[in-house]
Amino acid sequence: MKIAIIDYGAGNIKSIQFAFKRLGYEALLTNNADIIKQADRVIFPGVGEAGHAMKMLKASGLDRLIPRLKQPVLGICLGMQLMCLHTEESNTQGLGIFDVEVRKFTNAVKVPQMGWNTISNLKSSLFKDILDGEYMYLVHSYYAEQCKEAIATTHYEIDYATALQKDNFYGVQFHPEKSSGAGEQILKNFLDL
Amino acid sequence: MLAKRIIPCLDIKNGRTVKGVNFVNLIDAGDPVELAKQYAIEGADELVFLDISATLEGRATTLEMVLRVAEQVNIPFTVGGGISSIEDVDTLLKHGADKISINSSAVKNPDLINELSNKFGSQCIVVAIDAKQIDNDWFVHLAGGTIPTEIRLFDWVKEVEQRGAGEILFTSMNHDGTKNGFANEALAKLSSIVNIPIIASGGAGTKQHFADTFIEGKADAALAASVFHFGEIPIKELKEELRNNNIEVRI
Repeated sequence: MKIAIIDYGAGNIKSIQFAFKRLGYEALLTNNADIIKQADRVIFPGVGEAGHAMKMLKASGLDRLIPRLKQPVLGICLGMQLMCLHTEESNTQGLGIFDVEVRKFTNAVKVPQMGWNTISNLKSSLFKDILDGEYMYLVHSYYAEQCKEAIATTHYEIDYATALQKDNFYGVQFHPEKSSGAGEQILKNFLDL
Repeated sequence: MLAKRIIPCLDIKNGRTVKGVNFVNLIDAGDPVELAKQYAIEGADELVFLDISATLEGRATTLEMVLRVAEQVNIPFTVGGGISSIEDVDTLLKHGADKISINSSAVKNPDLINELSNKFGSQCIVVAIDAKQIDNDWFVHLAGGTIPTEIRLFDWVKEVEQRGAGEILFTSMNHDGTKNGFANEALAKLSSIVNIPIIASGGAGTKQHFADTFIEGKADAALAASVFHFGEIPIKELKEELRNNNIEVRI
């Protein structure tokens, strides 16, 4: 199984590579369009600021490549947010794969949300063998609104879409690579799709 | 609901845990990676590694350790100690650290907080603050709490938030090492004046102390060292006790 992790200069993405290694798979960090197109699975990570990340994607043409991919694609954290229509962060247009708006938490709660929160209303084989109410590790200030493409929700200030799916595209707000055994199970499920 | 976090802290020198770790079932209790894996299994939510190496060689060894932790441990971890530049942070993140923590270097050069959060995102920038209560006022201390400053804790914490810190790690020098409980009054005040997560540190002695700091101190996370390292408070038992107190924890 060929796994490509899209490397566009966005933060600590080695952790994802290490998580696959713990599962027994070698994943490749790459920004090469051909390698990404030919991979069996594609991971679209992202840590940092949305406007800057989108510029990096555009500079390398990855913004046009990603929405055309046919194999299962998993966006993680900011990667998932960039797959949405638009984000309030630096008023950034996303890739528009998911028909949903990304908004900022208000000051009614501590921002960023940092730590372990539960995922519920699980609606995908991505969550095979995962219990409703399982804890995942999250670090984020912006969230995708509840929508028809949601395949899991988390409550922080409001119920929001903590995972999304449309066709071959999946996105998770939490960090499966940092979410203990349950997170690794989700990565394994993604490979089994 | 977002769970309250339990964070064991490990002092690291030249890539090894410093004395004071007494763990059963470990092949090598001096190996931070072995220890980190054990803590992850027991239910720790995060780990903090504090590098107290005094030499460049020691720091290089710690970097190798960071890489091994990232490879083998499946929960997030923060690295602190002696970090004073963008290059230091870049290197640590590239070795797989999830967050970094700065302390004295932020006081000496507050712009560093802005520079780091702009470049790497505030989510990975923890500002650690050591403070001491003197005549009803709290003052920031440097170099592991040994050097006093004129800076007032509650002014500094606001500035740190405005400059882009993603989280505060607050250690009360009055409580650290006493095992008499956390500085809950100061912690609650910190939570009321800033809107970023606060990690309580200094004073953990009993399970009740953790419950108190989450309820009275309004802390988002609690950090401790010796009570975990010596097995005085097993993390599983601690979390069960917290849940019995209606505190949200990940079990």
